[in-house]
Amino acid sequence: MMKSKPDEEDYWNSSKFKAFTFDDEDDEFSRLKESKQAVNSIRRLVEEDDDEDDVEKVSWSGEPVGSISWSVRETAASNQRTDREPAFPKINADTPTVSRSHSGYSLSSLFKGKTKTGSFQFSDSLSDSSVRLYAPELRKPKSEYKDYVSDWSPEETVHRMQQGKAVSLEKFRSLQDKLLLLDFSISAHDGNVITAVLIYLKRTLSKEVLFRELESRQTALRHFIHYLTETRDQRLLLELLRALGRTEDIALLQYKEHLSIADENKRRDFLKSCLSLPFSPEDSAHVQDHYTLLERQIIIEATDRQAERGGKVEIFQKFPRRASILNMPLITTLYYCCFYHYTESEGTYSSPLNVRQTFRISEKQFFVTALAARAKLKAWVDVDALFTSRNWLGFTRKKSPLGFHRVVDILQKNSAPTQVLQEYVGLVDDAELRISLAQKHKCHDIIINTYRDLKDRQQLLGYRGKVERGSVEERKINELLDNPQIRWKN
Amino acid sequence: MAHSARRDSPELPDFSLLKRLARDQLIYLLEQLPGKKDLFIEADLMSPLDRIANVSTLKQHEVDKLYKVEYKPVISTSDQLCFLIRPRIQTVKWICDVVNADKAAGKFRRYKLIFTPQKFYACEAVLEEQGIFGDVTTDEWAFYLLPLDDDIISLELPEFFRDNFLAGDQRWVRTAGSTLHLLHSIYGPFSKIYGIGRCSKMAYESWREQVEEGETKARQAEIGNVFLIDRDVDFVTPLCSQVVYEGLVDDIFRIKCGCVEFGPDVTSSDKSMKVMLNSQDKVFNEIRNEHFSNVFGFLSQKARNLQTAYDKRRGMDIKQMKTFVSEELKGLKQEHRLLSLHIGASESIMKKKTKQDFQELLKTEHSLLEGFEIRECISFIEEHINRQVSMIESLRLLCLLSITENGLLPKDYRSLKAQYLQSYGVDHLLTFANLRQLGLLVEQQPGETLTVMESKVGKLVNDKTAGKLTDAFSSLAKKSNFRALSKKLNLVPKSDEEYDLRVPRDMAYIFSGAYIPLSCKLIEQVLERDGWTGLEEVTRLLNGHEFAVTGSTAGSSGADSRAKNDAQRIVLVMFLGGCTFSEISALRFLGRERGYKFIVVTTAITNSSRLIEALLDNHV
Repeated sequence: MMKSKPDEEDYWNSSKFKAFTFDDEDDEFSRLKESKQAVNSIRRLVEEDDDEDDVEKVSWSGEPVGSISWSVRETAASNQRTDREPAFPKINADTPTVSRSHSGYSLSSLFKGKTKTGSFQFSDSLSDSSVRLYAPELRKPKSEYKDYVSDWSPEETVHRMQQGKAVSLEKFRSLQDKLLLLDFSISAHDGNVITAVLIYLKRTLSKEVLFRELESRQTALRHFIHYLTETRDQRLLLELLRALGRTEDIALLQYKEHLSIADENKRRDFLKSCLSLPFSPEDSAHVQDHYTLLERQIIIEATDRQAERGGKVEIFQKFPRRASILNMPLITTLYYCCFYHYTESEGTYSSPLNVRQTFRISEKQFFVTALAARAKLKAWVDVDALFTSRNWLGFTRKKSPLGFHRVVDILQKNSAPTQVLQEYVGLVDDAELRISLAQKHKCHDIIINTYRDLKDRQQLLGYRGKVERGSVEERKINELLDNPQIRWKN
Repeated sequence: MAHSARRDSPELPDFSLLKRLARDQLIYLLEQLPGKKDLFIEADLMSPLDRIANVSTLKQHEVDKLYKVEYKPVISTSDQLCFLIRPRIQTVKWICDVVNADKAAGKFRRYKLIFTPQKFYACEAVLEEQGIFGDVTTDEWAFYLLPLDDDIISLELPEFFRDNFLAGDQRWVRTAGSTLHLLHSIYGPFSKIYGIGRCSKMAYESWREQVEEGETKARQAEIGNVFLIDRDVDFVTPLCSQVVYEGLVDDIFRIKCGCVEFGPDVTSSDKSMKVMLNSQDKVFNEIRNEHFSNVFGFLSQKARNLQTAYDKRRGMDIKQMKTFVSEELKGLKQEHRLLSLHIGASESIMKKKTKQDFQELLKTEHSLLEGFEIRECISFIEEHINRQVSMIESLRLLCLLSITENGLLPKDYRSLKAQYLQSYGVDHLLTFANLRQLGLLVEQQPGETLTVMESKVGKLVNDKTAGKLTDAFSSLAKKSNFRALSKKLNLVPKSDEEYDLRVPRDMAYIFSGAYIPLSCKLIEQVLERDGWTGLEEVTRLLNGHEFAVTGSTAGSSGADSRAKNDAQRIVLVMFLGGCTFSEISALRFLGRERGYKFIVVTTAITNSSRLIEALLDNHV
């Protein structure tokens, strides 16, 4: 049921055996026998299914069945198709983009009016299939007695490919044949085969022709794009997108390359080159920001690393930097600047105010970040100033672009002491929220005052039971309860 | 608390057969390369392999050393290398490098590539290009289905989701069809198949063709009905926070292949522990489908019972004690261990959830589902982003907002996107492009008023024309019509009614009574109506692609009717693109209510994090 496996990974990463990852059983042979029996008992089933059970068929490279008698055997398979009613009806699974009509394979739909039917060598088999409207998939197993691979029609070829059988695509030389092959693969909905045909077309057609034909075949196009992405054929992919006029995709694809550039200076230069890419106006601004940010991070990193090594700047000694600031998000950078460079004048690259200005950071966002950074440093004076300081917002009373309950949350996460928390809990507008926060952070005064303001004598009485006997809080509650001037609501 | 099953509930088929078939095939393949060999296993195949075989099985078939595929040079000294891999170009390229490096060093070895569940031409093309085609032998291991539990079978193909829905690559369609075919030939013949979604339709077709290629013998069916559903039919459900125990455990600890690793905070010792989570775990089995708020009460009741059972030994004489020790103690100890684990897990969940304002998060989700106080929701999400709370969580909420609201107002979209990029990195431009392509996070277009126009036109002209019109629109981009669907199907129960989570009245209990999962509601409706009749408006809002077919074999064999009746009430639901534990819980509930037994087949178990992570593109 349960196994404590200390470190699975160890096992796998070296040639030395440390531990087995598989569940070790006591008696493997008996297990094997068991399994043998079990499988034998289902043999009837397996044998019955031999012919239909394509899933079970593995291409055994033509070798005879091995010593394990119960294994699924190679089947002579599909040559035993019988002419009978299909067990399940066919449904039209075609996508709107696939060019195939319902009633058999009409040439016009395949070639979008470009074809001259007469010159087409497979017209026989096609007209044949269009007649068999109601048994569309009951092809005669011609494939089985044909001697030459070259005799297979595009449809048969696709079908054989789906079954993983050997085919040769070399005979599909005319553009029409190639496209027919492609369209049959598309209508078979088998991505594996579609890609296989596309690989062949890529090899045997010029880019211009291939791109042109793909444009009207969205399914094939998406397969081709995915194939090029997976094989990392960036050059051809860009050419394709260019031919299709998909400029934004081109921009994003090229921009993505920066991720594989490790050196920060090279990465910065690359990002600079991205600025001229055809992004949407909105994304263009983001990429500009990305470049500017990395440019600054490089400068800040160099300066700060030196300062840290020099050992003269106190803050770096007290709070050594845990990681480089390079490639961090903007807000992380702002936090860093609020942490290490809070008081710098707006003229420096690392000044929080300068960062804020340059990147158009919203008031709320700036506030949240500065608050968290200063709280982390336990610089409660700075925290206080954030709410009251005149010099940047002109507030005199404590005001916050963020709900005070969130402020409390941030402070508490940075382990602010109770007396600091208390101040901000008291500023929470909603009485209920204020009380629950005060209870959470044990700010007795606030709770008592809130109940007093609510004129809730019952709650106050109840709360008296929760505070320590003989404490200041208890005395305060008693004084309030005895105060004849308060008109209690209960 | 544990729901009593309807007495006439049919028995589930035995799926352990699938494991044996897979194992025996693997053994056969290993024997194709006689002699000692080293085996390299793709990282994400290790856990599935663990479930069906073990090291001794491999040893018996002359596997010497085992390695994980890590895309590093090979240090093996064996003269035979076997690679057990997924059909991925990157992996095949690495193998080519290995082989070519050996060639350059004048080292001679034999190589065998075993692709599972199948090989792709694109992989063979790589072998050819790299000049090693013919130097290696290739095989396929048709390991399609891994039973994770009595009623859950997984294809363990998480990439299915991205490949199919984002890239539009249909490489796994045949795999899905073959999967159905395998199930059909062992547990079928199926008599009814329902489905919705493009991929479902294609998978059905692929399966049907494979059936026709072979022969079907009359056999007593164990599974009668099948329901196929594409993940993109319902993105809302997997994006919601899970609050049913099993889903919650998956969200927080990540269940991998039916197994979870509990850290020291759960085990209250200094080491982590791997635990299998399935119906064999008696404690887990009773709480897995429960709303989390019920779990504590259940566990403490259980603990008290256990205490009583232990206490019985007081006042026992020697003989009684002997019986107690031999008969009961072992079970009690086992239960004790399980109980303490799940209590530990629940505590850890509580701690984590209270820390991050879970209540407020849920409130926001519920408001989005209800379409209520959207402004507040937006500012909640904004603050989430501003404070750099989890990058995945922020994105999840943005997607949920977009789907439920049918896109964001351009002003909101721009502002939230800008803030997101500031908080988590501009690299996420690529992620946003992916989300837009999939229709998960979009800007409302001026053209979105089409919906209004569409319905007006629909009223004027006959239905057929309206259908065509819809087709034309839906082909442009996948459009979400969540609000209308929710109304049509009553997905959001009225909020003014009390919802007793201990006595669930519908599937909404899996989301605290706030929302009935769309996917499961569709299944319920279609089974109830035996098709899509009466759901025309719903399928239109879902962009169509629904089907319901009856096999000609249905009802042909005169087998005994009780067994047949049983098979009709066993419903196999196949999720193409993944399903969540919450959905499985909902279906189990539905099954108990209606006397069905559901078997869930999924390309992989998913949840909001996995779904979003599959779409991230901020890395190489």
